[in-house]
Amino acid sequence: MEKLISEFSIGLFFWQTVIFVILIFLLKKYAWKPILDAVNDREEGIKNALLSAEKAKEEMVSLQSDNEATLKKARAERDLLLKEAREMKQQLIEDAKDEAKSEAKKIITQAQETIQSEKNAAISDLKNQVASLSVEIAEKVLKEKLSNDKAQMDLVKNLVKDVTLK
Amino acid sequence: MKQSKYLLSIVFLLIFGLSTFASPIKVSDKEIKEDGGIKTEIKDYITHHLKDSHSYSLTSWVDEDTGKKVYLELPLPVILYDNGFHFFMSSKLKHGKTVVESNGNFYRLNYDKSKIFKTNKEGVFDYDKDNKILNYAPLDFSITKNISTIILVAFIMFFLFTNLAKSFAENKGISKGIGRFFEPIILYIRDEIAIPNIGEKKYKNYMSFLLTIFFFIWFLNMLGLTPLGVNVTGNIAVTFSLALLTFLITNFTANKSYWGHIFWMPGVPVLIKIVLAPIELLGVFIKPFSLLIRLYANIQAGHIVLYSLIGLMFIFQNLIGSSLSFVLAFFISIIEILVALLQAYIFTMLSALYFGFAVAEDDH
Repeated sequence: MEKLISEFSIGLFFWQTVIFVILIFLLKKYAWKPILDAVNDREEGIKNALLSAEKAKEEMVSLQSDNEATLKKARAERDLLLKEAREMKQQLIEDAKDEAKSEAKKIITQAQETIQSEKNAAISDLKNQVASLSVEIAEKVLKEKLSNDKAQMDLVKNLVKDVTLK
Repeated sequence: MKQSKYLLSIVFLLIFGLSTFASPIKVSDKEIKEDGGIKTEIKDYITHHLKDSHSYSLTSWVDEDTGKKVYLELPLPVILYDNGFHFFMSSKLKHGKTVVESNGNFYRLNYDKSKIFKTNKEGVFDYDKDNKILNYAPLDFSITKNISTIILVAFIMFFLFTNLAKSFAENKGISKGIGRFFEPIILYIRDEIAIPNIGEKKYKNYMSFLLTIFFFIWFLNMLGLTPLGVNVTGNIAVTFSLALLTFLITNFTANKSYWGHIFWMPGVPVLIKIVLAPIELLGVFIKPFSLLIRLYANIQAGHIVLYSLIGLMFIFQNLIGSSLSFVLAFFISIIEILVALLQAYIFTMLSALYFGFAVAEDDH
């Protein structure tokens, strides 16, 4: 112990302490702080990158399930649309048929009506011509027969007898 | 990046390059020749190595022509406080062979003790009966071998870790080059030492100290194993300074609960509280004291063992013995590399543990 104390150099102790304390502060400012900060930043970066990768993975899984759901929905919609289209086609055909039927009916009716009215017109025309012809014939006959009064009287009597009042 | 590399190489050049300009000092070394024994020489060499030195000695040899001992070394500034400061270069001391005159005072280095004493003009040391020097020893603030090594390590650490910080900034948080080697160590100190011992909330305040002290001790331990032959972390003044900082930080950042556990231990009878208080108070000092002794003793012992084994090669001076001690020295070197890291780890770990005690939340 005595040897240790006698060997103890105050000068060495002084310089060692001074240099070491200065070294601590210099290294703290120019080395340890930047190094530890850089390492910390790097570790944070790795941690964040891992976290975001995990998140992206989860997002992808949810996206995939979303996709599937959308696909399913689209398929169902397509089926529905097809069904609707089929029904509409059927409907259209039926409607067209009905319309055609009713149109045909209408045309037939119109034709019948026209025919009837034409027939009536022809009949009445014929009647008129027959009437005028009859009148002409009667005139000629009468002119010949009724050249005296007796013949005229007989005729009137006959005519009146024949005519039925309607 | 490039600039700091350039600066770093300049620092190295200054430290190692200057040594080539350092003029070899020729001193006749009578003492070694007088006692002659190689064992004594090795013992003196080891004892001297373990101590701090006033110059950066790299190697020494005995010149065959002149029979004088030649030292290849880098002179360092000597700063003494003795009623005013005295400055001179360590080359003037000439390993204690001459007296140095500065501002009317005379100083002489005692080579065995590696300490400068105030003497008279002739440079006479007065000894008492226990072989202790009675001369006045002025306060020695010299930039010694250990202090210059500490400055070198401080420079290396500063450039190394500011570079690492820059490479982080340039590469968006990914280290490059040598930073790849140091980054896991920094993360280990944060994740395995600081956070488990201090806790997630408060650990950030202590990170700078823990990182600096870990790399400081580790680098100095490793430099101690290089042929530079420094023994910084095996010096009691250095470990005392480091442990003192741990002690101060622990006690100045301590919360109420920490002091409560020391002076008035909760949850035990009053009588035991009174008995526990002085023991706990003693523990406050023993904890950092154990830190300083552990590091000092481990590094000191490692250096002694390693140097002794290398010295054994010269004592045996035969093929079997010398190669055996070479193999032993080789393996001890490898173990010492491990010890260098381990002691830095233990010091950092225990410091973190003490900080953890100081800021622990009261969970009773």
